[in-house]
Amino acid sequence: MNQTPDTIPRRTDPRTFAVRTVGLLSQLVLPLVVGGFALLDDGDFDDAIVYFLPFVLVAVGANILFAYLRWSRLTYTVSDADIRVESGVLSRAARSVPYERIQDVSLEQKVVPRLFGLVEVKFETGAGGGEDLKLAYLRENEGERLRELVRSRRGRIAVAASDTDTDEAENDVDARLLYAMSRKRVLTFGLFEFSLAVVAVVAGLAQQLEFLLPFEVWDWRAWRERLTGPGQWLAGLGFLAQIVGGVLAVASLLLVGVVTGVVRTVLREWGFRLERTDKGLRRRRGLLTRTDLVMPVHRVQALRIGTGIVRRLFGWHSLKLVSLASDSGSANHEAVPFAQMDEIAPVVAETGFELPGGTQEWSRAAPAYRIDGFLLGLAAMAALSIGLFVADRAAFAILPILLGGGWFGLHEYLRWRWDRYAIGPGQLYARHGWFAPSLTIASREKLQSVEIVRNPLARLRGYADVHFGLAGGRLRMRGVALDEARHIRDAVVDSMAQQDFSDIVDQQLPAA
Amino acid sequence: MDAADDLIPLDPAYKSMLRLQLAITGLVLLVPTTIAEIAIPGWTGAVWIPALLVIAYALIRVPLRRYHASSYSLVEERLRVVRGIFFRADTVVPFGRVQHIDVGQGPLERAFGLATLTVHTAGTHNASVSLPGLRHADAIAMREDIRAAIRRDTR
Repeated sequence: MNQTPDTIPRRTDPRTFAVRTVGLLSQLVLPLVVGGFALLDDGDFDDAIVYFLPFVLVAVGANILFAYLRWSRLTYTVSDADIRVESGVLSRAARSVPYERIQDVSLEQKVVPRLFGLVEVKFETGAGGGEDLKLAYLRENEGERLRELVRSRRGRIAVAASDTDTDEAENDVDARLLYAMSRKRVLTFGLFEFSLAVVAVVAGLAQQLEFLLPFEVWDWRAWRERLTGPGQWLAGLGFLAQIVGGVLAVASLLLVGVVTGVVRTVLREWGFRLERTDKGLRRRRGLLTRTDLVMPVHRVQALRIGTGIVRRLFGWHSLKLVSLASDSGSANHEAVPFAQMDEIAPVVAETGFELPGGTQEWSRAAPAYRIDGFLLGLAAMAALSIGLFVADRAAFAILPILLGGGWFGLHEYLRWRWDRYAIGPGQLYARHGWFAPSLTIASREKLQSVEIVRNPLARLRGYADVHFGLAGGRLRMRGVALDEARHIRDAVVDSMAQQDFSDIVDQQLPAA
Repeated sequence: MDAADDLIPLDPAYKSMLRLQLAITGLVLLVPTTIAEIAIPGWTGAVWIPALLVIAYALIRVPLRRYHASSYSLVEERLRVVRGIFFRADTVVPFGRVQHIDVGQGPLERAFGLATLTVHTAGTHNASVSLPGLRHADAIAMREDIRAAIRRDTR
């Protein structure tokens, strides 16, 4: 903690300029190649290049000059109370961010800056709309230094205000590994990240761009013709060959979906490490773009444990942290993307939350709420049936009410069975969904407001929705019996009233 | 906390203000109605009479219902706001969760000496809870109460 802030304006690393130039040139390569092709088509290449080259050089030169000016005019000052950045070539802008408002400092390395050993430093303030202060690019150790500086500054404010000498000795790095993904785990995760959307897009593209393919994807005869080469015997099979062709087309699409999922996951999750440091949970991941993020534990407002339709069968779950900073969007606070519950449990314990115990009493939505949902769905389907009947489609008229009604009945029944909520001594639990259920765990003390909402039907039937104001996320219980809703509301408001907002967010007092 | 008796009704002037607001909307609505009436040959009243009935209903019933639908209370350092005719919402915000407070006055509100109190929280849902139809002095007093409670808590 002996870093003294300096008040001299500094520039970002000069190599920033090199990174920008590389980016600039790579942006120019494509237009140049396209232009080159156009010129080659014309024939007399030598003449054209004489006229063309000066323009290219001027354009590149002007851009590089501008990049240089921008670099030279951007300075940052690390002062006693805040971090200030002044920038702008023609119009000047100065922004100051006080240390108290900086929630966290994250370092990001993209491919090119990584080659130069540079990082982009982002000061997360929790301001919405991507208005966070960024410094691109600094040397790796300068980024680390800034991060440590901001943290120690924040730490000092907290210590000075609360008069407790807690983390004086803990400042050295004693990171404890909580969760890491092996290569095998990343690949397994990738298989589950199979994206149906990608398959749909590829199928659509195959149809759109079929002129690029040597044959028609959706034409079974074309497949059969192609199969006649290597597998002459298939052609004789006729109808069977058509089926084989169809299966091949579908299989190739599925393969694309699987490969995309694996590649995307490997790029994002490679070398995933979650550690407990003295400032919070530190997450590092990524193959080409390596991100390094610290999630302060006391800022965690709630936890969300999710799963997927298929991965649920294998016991794979994910853990997300709902925190104030996750409002800013880019900070995806996924603490554990893919793990078994017994691996998630220690991380949950580390955040100060608890998984619901076996003795926890769970409640379901009022049956009246589910029955009303079913009846409303049925009414819509009945209207459709009547419409079909009137339109002389009597033969189909029975379908909507039968199939739709059956679906709504099944859905509402399963939701009634699976959707549960519970109120524990310090926490609220809400389980949602039957297809891919998710569980939200929120601290009663850290909620912002409670609202009981009733529509006309709910008032008639005696149930209510309870909405909780949760910083950075949403939490609600639907179709709760009215008495119970009031009981929950009163209990939660009582525990909320015991702590002030500034205690739950910062555990530090503003200098009022 | 659920007993209706500790809820405070809004200022009665809120009814008059809503009535004036609706009257202005009604007047605007009368313009196309009148044009339609003139366009139809002969003074049948086919458009005018239904329009006037709707406006009359709106002027007499709607302010009363809206007035009776809303109420608030400020006990135990908690702001409780009850709103809505069809969709009833009953919101509780403890003073300790209030980030900042607005007291707003529109031109009509100013004419009637009314104000709207809005409290902002950090929650994503219900980030701001507003309570219209308060006497301006009451709204100011409520703001001071809440602010004093916040100051005391953070000290």
